Amino acid sequence: MATVIETSTTPWETVEVDAVTLDVIENAIQNARVQMDAILFRTAISTIIREQRDGFPVLTDRDGQMLAGQFGSPVDGFIDNYDGDVQEGDVLLTNDPYACDGAISHLNDWLVCTPVYYHGRLLGWAAMFGHMSDISGSTAASMPVTSTDILQEGIVIPPVKVVSKGELQQDIVRLAVRNSRTPDWNEADFYAILSACRTGAARLVEMADRFGPDVLVSAQKQLLARNREAMRELIVSTMPEEKVVFEDWICDDALGHGPYKMGCEMWREGDKLVFDFSRTDPQSAGCINFLLNDRMFKMFCGQFMVNVFDPQIVLNDGYIDLIDVRIPKGTLLNPVAPAALNGRTHALGRIFDIISGLFGTANSDFLVAAGFSDSPHLMFSGFNQRDDWFLMFQIGFGGIPGKPGGDGPDGHSLWPKMRNVPNEYTEAYFPIRVERFESIPDTGGPGLHRGGNGVRTEYAFLVEGKISIHDDRWFTYPWGVKGGLPGTRSRKTLRRADGSTENLPSKVDDVPVAPGDLLVFETWGGGGWGDPLERPYDSIAYDLEAGLVTAEGARRYGVVAGVDLAIDETASDALRATMRNARGDVEAFDFGGTLDELRAACLEETGFEPPAPPVQAPIAAAWLRKQRREAEARDGSARAAG
Amino acid sequence: MAFSVGVDVGGTFTDVFVLDDAGGQPLMAKVPSTPEDPSIAVINGIDKVCSEHAIDPTEIRAVMHGTTVATNAVLTGNGARVGLIVTDGYRQILHLARGFVPGALSGWINFVKGRPMAELRDTVEVSGRIGADGAEVRPLDEAQVRAAVEKLRTKDIQSVTICLMNSYVNSAHEEAVEAIVRELMPGVAISVSSRTLPEVQEYERAITSVANAFVKPVVSRYLTNLKAGLEDRTGSLSLSILRSDGGLAAAQTAAEYPVNLLMSGPAGGVAGAIWVARQSGFENIITFDMGGTSTDVCLVEGGEAQVRRETVVHDVIVRASSVDVRTVGAGGGSIAYVPELTKALRVGPESAGAVPGPAAYDKGGENPTVTDANVVLGYLPSDARLGGDMKIRKDLAAKALEKVSEPLGMTLAEAAEGVIRIVNENMFGALRLVSVEQGYDPRNFSLMAFGGAGPLHANALGRLLGAWPVIVPRGPGVLCAAGDATTNLRDEAARSLIKLADETTQEELVDAFAELEQRARASLDADGVARDRQEVRYQVDLRYAGQSADISVTMSPEDFLAEGLAPATGRFDELHEQMFNFRLSKAKEIVNLRVIVLGPGAEAVELHVDEGDGDASRAAVAATKIYSDGETHDGTIYDRSKLLAGDRIDGPAIITEVDSTTLVLPGSHAMVDSVGNLLIRDNS
Repeated sequence: MATVIETSTTPWETVEVDAVTLDVIENAIQNARVQMDAILFRTAISTIIREQRDGFPVLTDRDGQMLAGQFGSPVDGFIDNYDGDVQEGDVLLTNDPYACDGAISHLNDWLVCTPVYYHGRLLGWAAMFGHMSDISGSTAASMPVTSTDILQEGIVIPPVKVVSKGELQQDIVRLAVRNSRTPDWNEADFYAILSACRTGAARLVEMADRFGPDVLVSAQKQLLARNREAMRELIVSTMPEEKVVFEDWICDDALGHGPYKMGCEMWREGDKLVFDFSRTDPQSAGCINFLLNDRMFKMFCGQFMVNVFDPQIVLNDGYIDLIDVRIPKGTLLNPVAPAALNGRTHALGRIFDIISGLFGTANSDFLVAAGFSDSPHLMFSGFNQRDDWFLMFQIGFGGIPGKPGGDGPDGHSLWPKMRNVPNEYTEAYFPIRVERFESIPDTGGPGLHRGGNGVRTEYAFLVEGKISIHDDRWFTYPWGVKGGLPGTRSRKTLRRADGSTENLPSKVDDVPVAPGDLLVFETWGGGGWGDPLERPYDSIAYDLEAGLVTAEGARRYGVVAGVDLAIDETASDALRATMRNARGDVEAFDFGGTLDELRAACLEETGFEPPAPPVQAPIAAAWLRKQRREAEARDGSARAAG
Repeated sequence: MAFSVGVDVGGTFTDVFVLDDAGGQPLMAKVPSTPEDPSIAVINGIDKVCSEHAIDPTEIRAVMHGTTVATNAVLTGNGARVGLIVTDGYRQILHLARGFVPGALSGWINFVKGRPMAELRDTVEVSGRIGADGAEVRPLDEAQVRAAVEKLRTKDIQSVTICLMNSYVNSAHEEAVEAIVRELMPGVAISVSSRTLPEVQEYERAITSVANAFVKPVVSRYLTNLKAGLEDRTGSLSLSILRSDGGLAAAQTAAEYPVNLLMSGPAGGVAGAIWVARQSGFENIITFDMGGTSTDVCLVEGGEAQVRRETVVHDVIVRASSVDVRTVGAGGGSIAYVPELTKALRVGPESAGAVPGPAAYDKGGENPTVTDANVVLGYLPSDARLGGDMKIRKDLAAKALEKVSEPLGMTLAEAAEGVIRIVNENMFGALRLVSVEQGYDPRNFSLMAFGGAGPLHANALGRLLGAWPVIVPRGPGVLCAAGDATTNLRDEAARSLIKLADETTQEELVDAFAELEQRARASLDADGVARDRQEVRYQVDLRYAGQSADISVTMSPEDFLAEGLAPATGRFDELHEQMFNFRLSKAKEIVNLRVIVLGPGAEAVELHVDEGDGDASRAAVAATKIYSDGETHDGTIYDRSKLLAGDRIDGPAIITEVDSTTLVLPGSHAMVDSVGNLLIRDNS
């Protein structure tokens, strides 16, 4: 537990803040966050931050309540897990998810956090994290899919002062950066993160100068309260008291087990919304565990709700006491340390499908289809033509789900801010040629509003090297809603120079590749929204002409198109009538079949045997036995005492 | 006698600004714009100024013109139908774009993606491949290319863009395809990406080239008509167009690369601001151009605007140099509202636009706008004339503002002042973006306000920024036309060269710069600017190896030849530290080389107004009430046309002129300087 030192002990005075000043301050805080982002992306060097923008800022009040940001406040985690004093001019660094309650969720994310002071009194906190390309561990890019504990995934930095009283601790930077296959990138990216974090801090101080610290601090409180009130109204007016249940799956854990269930019950008690993840499967022995930070989950729920109902609401932590998240320890979403975490991207993404499923079940206004709830990773490393070691790391995009407002875009990012990597940039920096980059026709789930198509990228390797992949949804489908059909699953194929082809698993480490080999990387489509038989002929005609839906694919919309792609409306009307009769009523969700059906068809459809059911991981099993023994001992001593 | 003429086409008025090459006061005229064909107003304006000042039109030697024709084509989607030819495997290059979804987490729920500027049905692929090193991986298959072009030929395609992978290192395939297009589609406008933007990143190069193709026929038709219309009256003349980067280009060059004109309008404002500020003796200014729907700001240091390598028009972002004007979607027409759930006061992003406009204009608008708030507070007097004979109805403004004052439980005046403070905060954000965030202290700059609404908000923003004095030029509407007439001819040539600075040789760079210099000088040569009157600058874009954003460092050719690249890399470290608070010991990488060639600007023109006795009361029109800082103050309305040099006006005061109104807040005062600018400062 950290002690936060303040040289001034006079508390901030609570003062009246008029409504307009409040809005001005809210605006100023949001501007500060935009500035933090701008600095990070301009100065970082790794592809993952500079091009793909995997980095996120946070500003909080003095109690660590988030005022601006999207992934929840890390401050409590730091205070709870740092032993020693924290004072003005200090900046803390960590990458250990277990030491910050999951505020960051794998070791690649480096998080810095600084207390912000005004005349010796704590005013708030600024924090920033960014994804480091490589932090040692057993595979290049530090995300070994076969890891079974977190120590195999790279250097673990507990919360340390990387800046102490304004002095940069060069030795710590040297130590941290040395543990990387890409030390130059890490060093520059670290300074970029630090610079962005300090910018946020400087902006808070300037706001205190401008408005007066008492006004600023009082305004922060009022902004939190105002947001709580708005969210309270939204929860009470849109969420039912009856329990709703939703379950979705992570297909496998790279060790041959799966699918892993992420199951949640949600209900409302008064003005509180309860999420109970008891139905979730136990943690995995492998890397797919996700230490779900409850503040982060609350923020995800809030973002989803305001985007459906009132996107103008600026979210902060004000409402977090209105949401109660219960995640049993030892499960996939609350693993016991030192469980491996590097493949948490799948569960992190899938959480958004769980949220849409729960909210959509509770209130159909919220219903959207399953989306591109993941970040498929491709890593390629080796020695380039100049015999320098290289590491290419990319995150792919796929189909955005169909939604009430329209189609899901093809091949876009479900995450905010992120962008794809320009292929000419990739070719200029890495020994690879990107032969094809397009969305795949018919992969988006048909619907009144269709799901976006997945993406096909073809990588031709120019040197020998190794590739690793993190992906999912090869076994379960991105589901459709309200009559919309599921999107197509993901698939990876390696076409060898000798003409043979290999089907690659969704999660794999260190596959050797050679010049002339071609990797065809296909991501999944978004689910469809609404009845595809109601989709206007105009919209289908556009998709046909644009080559986003084929004549064959159009039949799933009940549309008959000729070789010239022109729609035969009479034949289509008839086909639609037949299909409607055959189908009967539509269900709220279309999962593309039961798990048993998916298992039965798995080998034929995917080329892989279905995964074996999950088993208890050794780390969790040991922890449970210990818990049981301790409980028995307590009971025993209680009986003895009684 | 010989005259040069600057013309700016605005939404409402077209302004004409005439300089006598022999010196003397500039002449001006204002005529209504003709949006259906903007060239009509240009010619009307020139007719008017000639007849009013007895100028023989044949004595007009040059017309310089800032135009929004290209911008409007993009904004309204009324450009050419563009056919796009790409490398096999890249047909969806514009459709996938960078995969970016705006907004926060879950923002995709509200994201509606527009169709690409060149539609997928009009995009064809050709075989053949150039590698990242410039070597040919697979040759073009001519028969296949012909078949692909044939597909475009059978459609109603007006403009063709060719953008092939890695053409920034080797353009041979693009040129071969171009030859086939010329042969099969004679007369069609063609944009070749390796010429429009010879830089790495295929999507950015494609969208820039397609935007060029999209506006090319429209711009070219407009410029041809305009030149013909002008020459009917004036005989042969030189027509130059203001480019986004603030330089003038001969009409012909401008028509070939119209993507460089997308910011022509705002660039004119900045050029005019620079010129006017210089008359008052200020070289460091931040411009603040607030109109009805948006506000543009730009930082000018040492009399030169910052230029950035990007142009943004609505949701289209292209790689073309433009003056670094940042636009906020907030202006006089921005609508204020109170969302039900939060009871917060929000202003924008919705705008009442020109139709129905603010409630006070009595054209059917019922929502409260920033302009309505200005009316209620007494900043915009009901008898001031706005854009001609527009009447202002205070009662309607007040009624509209009740929509926010009631839910907030405030008085009308309190709510109106709230609206102004919030919109000012938005502007303040943009002003910080160009100053503090780029490492500039705004207190070292003056704030130059223009546009219909700029002078109403400038005094308050001067206070927020600490940027003094606030300068309000005479006839802020004519500023852009003055900018057009007084700026330099300019051209530039650039190329990508991604290479570590340490690994380049001086000879290699000298050769590259020399080649670029020839290209950049060509258009000025063609325009008859003698070599000894051309000023040449070398520019290198540097970054720490691997960074995405680069910083441009400018050198004189002489310094570069004498000292090489070392001073530039040193300057890069300084700039990096200034902007981001750190420097790295990493190797520096060259990204682009650029040569900029400037022609001579207009000869110095002395503006002046007559000296008064310091007593501004001769210009006082009426007493009025002004609400500010929660109180009602007694103030005075002045007629700007009656003010003389040396006059001092103490706030609270309103100064009106034909197309603008200036607010001087209580606690501030305005001085009229010798060229007629208002210089507002705080009293303390």
